[in-house]
Parts: sequence; structure tokens; C-alpha cells
Amino acid sequence: MSEKNETGISRRDFVIKGSVATAGLAAASVLGPASFAIGGQARVKVGILLPYTGTYAKLGTNIRDAMKLRFAEAGNKLGGREIEFVDIDSEAKPAKAQQLTDKLIRKENVDFLVGPVHSVVGMAMVKMARGKGPITVIPNAGADQLTGVLCAPNVFRTSFSSYQMGFPGGPAVLDDGHKRVVLMYWNYGFGKQVAAAFKKSFLPAGGTIVKEIPTPFPKVDFQAYLTELAALKPDAVYTFYAGGGAVKFVKDFAAAGLKKSIKLYGAGFLTEGLGAAQGDAAEGVRTILHYADTLDNPANHRFRKAFKDATGARADVYAVQGYDAGELILRGMAAVKGDTGARAEMIRAMESAEIDSPRGKLRFSKSHNPIHDIYLREVVQGENRVVRVAARDQDDPATGCSNA
Amino acid sequence: MELSFYLVQLLNAIQYGFLLFLVASGLTLLFGIMGIINLAHGSFYMIGAYLAYGLTEMTGSLWLGILLGLPIALLVGYLVERFAISFLYKRDHLYQVLLTFALILIFNELQQILWGTDVHGVAIPAPLAGSIPLTENQSYPVYRLFISAVCIAIAGGMSWVIQKTRLGMMIRAGASNREMVQALGIDVNRLFALVFSLGVALAAFAGMLAAPVDSVYPGMGENVLIISFVVVVIGGTGSIKGAFIGAMLIGLVSTFGKVLLPEMASIMAYALMALILLWRPQGLFGRAH
Repeated sequence: MSEKNETGISRRDFVIKGSVATAGLAAASVLGPASFAIGGQARVKVGILLPYTGTYAKLGTNIRDAMKLRFAEAGNKLGGREIEFVDIDSEAKPAKAQQLTDKLIRKENVDFLVGPVHSVVGMAMVKMARGKGPITVIPNAGADQLTGVLCAPNVFRTSFSSYQMGFPGGPAVLDDGHKRVVLMYWNYGFGKQVAAAFKKSFLPAGGTIVKEIPTPFPKVDFQAYLTELAALKPDAVYTFYAGGGAVKFVKDFAAAGLKKSIKLYGAGFLTEGLGAAQGDAAEGVRTILHYADTLDNPANHRFRKAFKDATGARADVYAVQGYDAGELILRGMAAVKGDTGARAEMIRAMESAEIDSPRGKLRFSKSHNPIHDIYLREVVQGENRVVRVAARDQDDPATGCSNA
Repeated sequence: MELSFYLVQLLNAIQYGFLLFLVASGLTLLFGIMGIINLAHGSFYMIGAYLAYGLTEMTGSLWLGILLGLPIALLVGYLVERFAISFLYKRDHLYQVLLTFALILIFNELQQILWGTDVHGVAIPAPLAGSIPLTENQSYPVYRLFISAVCIAIAGGMSWVIQKTRLGMMIRAGASNREMVQALGIDVNRLFALVFSLGVALAAFAGMLAAPVDSVYPGMGENVLIISFVVVVIGGTGSIKGAFIGAMLIGLVSTFGKVLLPEMASIMAYALMALILLWRPQGLFGRAH
């Protein structure tokens, strides 16, 4: 029996050459830039973990749509490579966060990880992604730890930290002439951090906290607390509520007749994107946020029109955060011309990015948290109008971060 | 704190209790009479709220919205019973849990397709939009008092139907001995379809009434579902009277819990349930098995 088969290649040859070729291919795809892979350029995988069902569904949808809009404006390419999205509904459920993140990182092997909305989901996600995981961009979750104790070179945030939702509130309320304040907030990590940051600026500047009223999260039955608030008779109340809870709080507050004697303030989510649902009840409510629909800058006008054209929906702060997440990823990939292997270079480009965002100028701190202006807004005829800048270039202390 | 403070809180407690009763009464009917564990009950509450929102937008009046919405809710209940629930009466409770859990997912998805993911509000109809001053700086919305009045009327109506009418007799008989009722020639299939539709309509009606004071948002049903189960368990499954007393107890305990023991507020209702179950495992008005 001959060693040669019909093709003229010996079995030994076949085995040896075959293995060399296979090994070579494998090595090429591991070591070389992905653009050299056979069959054209490999796609960049962008994993998205956002809520599309439940209370935060609208937020997740707007973030995703705005990020995709930014990619579409750039020709749907990242550093010259096509994009493949792996989009998962987080349901904003902390219990599922670890499993879903694991799926994106290990099974799908994504190059970028974008998400989430919910802070507790964010904690689970970042714990798994920090360090060796994909480049991660957080487009909403505000827990201080994400760019604090848990900060990492590969983790960025384009939204805010809870600190930035509370700290600028103190001077804003005092400047309006209110000294005796009650704090009301949903009693979970984010609400507590907002309240703590508010006190940090409010108390040293001469303000008095009459009482803190934490309310169970995510319950929306406020009647008993509002009766207590009325009995305490403060000058103002500073709050953190969002989504359905925010609509109900603002309506109940107005229906209880409290608007006449107590000024209502809050972290921006209290009135953000909720004008139609809150109606007249929201008139005169003042909030602080890093964005307002009515901001008069060219980037904002352009963005609001493009978002409306692309989705039919009105842009809001969540959309802006998603849009900037898209921009940040574009910057990183442009700097390395699509070579996701050049991680250090990409991270350098991302952390030094200065973005002309719809919110105004956006930079990043050493801990990769946004540095941006915080505006004091008031609801006038259903719109969040800017009263004044409450804090310029608001940074975050990044407590416990080793990058900073 | 002054006396007036506690009186206003008492009003808050009763008002909250009435709303709970409206949702829980439907749940206890379904569980006690038909033996159905209906996890989708919260979804029917949500459907009611969204119907109120959608139809009010369309017709310009909440009253018209409710008038048009109620038959729709009855029909939804009827269809769900005929094409899903009715196949499971003889099966284990676990099948019902699976099925009604699936219904939650389906209704949530349908809600997103039909109405999107925005948070909505429904305006309070003009004649009830005012407030009554209670203390020097707090007033009470008339609409909340109106809700309480409607709930009293419904509680009275239900108790009349169940105690005094032929339908009520069949319902009570069906609850205590289903086989015997069937043997006596009563069409249990029709009775069950009717009871299920009524239970669904009650939950939807609660959602419609609550829409102007609550906000209308995705996932709102799940928030009322769990506390409604607590009410039913405290009151004793199948007992309308039990659901009423249970709802009032939860209203009182959670309202005053928030004021007097704020750190414990979120577990007060469950602690009450645990205590009552230790004392009476079948609930306050439930029959021992």
C-alpha cells in the first residue's frame, strides 16, 4: 500500500502541514490585528446590556438608539471595521446581572461592553469586567463605587456619579434662599449617596437638615410621608426619585397643596422626560442635572434633531449619555485604527478625549468619570429651562479609586 | 406631632386600604372559588390603568374611558379563562403558576407594543380635581376621597351579591364544595368563566380608578401583585370579608409603620402577615383545611 493518496500528498505531509497551517491561522487570529483575519476584516463586537422591559425600559431604549445613531453618523464603522451588536435585555434585575454579563464576556467575547442603567446591575457587571474584561462604557448607572472603589483602566462612565447629583444641590438651594431642608429619597444605594453628597456641601455652608425621610424603594406610595413633610414645615425639600416614582411624587406633592409653602428640589430625574405625565404639577419644580433639553449650543440642536429624525422620540439626558458613549468608543477605535489589541493606547485616547457633547464640554477624570457643568433647571410650561449653572466642571472625589 | 397629624394619617391609611381591597378582592375570589393562583392579577391592574390612559386620550374623558374600558377588561378575562385557564383546573397549582407567569410576560410585551415605554399620567376629571384644606399647609385631593367612596360602594355591592343573590349562592357553594355544586346541575364552566371575568374586571377597574393618582408605567402591575397576595393570605383565601379587613390592616400598619418605625416600613406588612399566620394559619376568615 502506497503512502501517497490521490492528491499526491502523503498522509504524513497532510498531518504535519495541516497542523502547522492550522496553528498558524490560530496564532494569526490571536496575535495579529483582527483586520488580517481571512475573509476580510473581522467585525467589532459591541455587547449591550440595557433594560428594555420594566420601569427603566424607556431609558434603555433611548441609550441604545442614541449610541447607534452616533455610530450610524460615523458610517457604522469603528476604526474602519464593521460593527456587530450583541444586545441583551438586562430587565434591570440585579439577580440576572452576573449571568448576563458572563454571557457577553465569555460566550460572546465582546470587544466593548455598554451598560447598564441600574446601579446594582452596574456593580455586578463592573466587578466582572474590570481589569482583563472588555473596554466597558457605563451610559447611566450612577453608583459612586463604579468609578470609585471599583474603578479600573478599562471602565469608563459617560453619565454621572451619585455625588454629582447631590453635591451641587446644596449651594443651589442655599443660593435660592432656603436654609431649612428635608431630604426625601428612595432608600437604596443611589438615593443614600445623593443625600450624603448633598449634606456635604449644604451643612458646612450653613444649611440645616430638618429631617431625612428615606422611603422604601421602589414603592410609590408617598401619602404618609407627605403628611409628615407638611407637619415639619421646612423651607424646601430635596429629593431623589425617578421614572414612575418621580411622576407620582410630583403629582402627589402638588395635590397635597404643598407647593404653596414648600419649594420642591431634586436630582434632575425628578422631572427629566416626564413633562407630559406630570403636567401642571411640575411647574416651578427645580432640579439639578448635567443636561437640559433647552441647552442652547450647536451640538445639542444638531443632536436633538438627528435623534428625533432617527427614532421619532424626543431626546433626553439618557439619550445624550448613550450618544456620548458611542462617541467615546469611536474615539478609542479611531486612535488605534481598529486594532482592539492595542488596549493601552486605546484607553489613553479615551481618557484624554474632550467631547463636544450636547450637554456642553465633556472631559474625563483620572477615574474615568465625567467632568461637566451641572445646571439648575426649573420647569416652565412643561420644559426644563436652565436657571443658571449650579457648578462649573463638576468633578467627583473618586473615593477609593486606585487610578486617581 | 398634633392630633390632626394622626387623623390625616388615618385618612391616608383607610384610603390606601380601600385601593388594596379593590385589587385583592378579585384575587381572593379567583383563588378561593376557582382554586386558581393568578400571578397575572397585577397585569390586569396594569391593563386597566393603560386602558384608562389610552381611552381617556382618545375620548377626552376618564368616565368614558372607564365605561369603554370595563367591557374590554371583561372580554380579556373571558378569553383568558376560555383559552388558557380552563385547561388547568384539574392540574396542579404549579401549572397555573407557570401559565399565569407566562401571561405576565405576554401582557408586559403587549403593553410595550401598544403603548411604548413612556411613563404616562391621566388628568383628574375637572369636578374632582380640587383639594380640601385639612391642616394649615396641607390639603386633601377630592379625587382620593372619591376613590374611597367608590370602593365602599363596590364592597357593599359585592357583599350584597354574595350574600343575597342566586349568583352569590352559587359562588359560595362552589367555594365550599365544587363537586356537589356540579352534581346539583349547576353549569360550573359558565360560573367559572363569569367569576374569572369579574375578577379580572375588578383588578382592571382598580387600575383605571388609580390611574390619575398613580402614574401609568411599564411594570406597574408587579408592584401591586405581591401586596395583594399578602392581603389575601391575611384575610383568608376566598373570603371577601377577609380581603376587606386584610386590606384595612395593611393600610393601617404600613401607613403608621412609615411614620412611627420608618426603618422597618418596608417589612411591616410582611411581619404582620407572619404574625397572623402563626396565630391563624388559615388567615383571619379562612376555613381550616
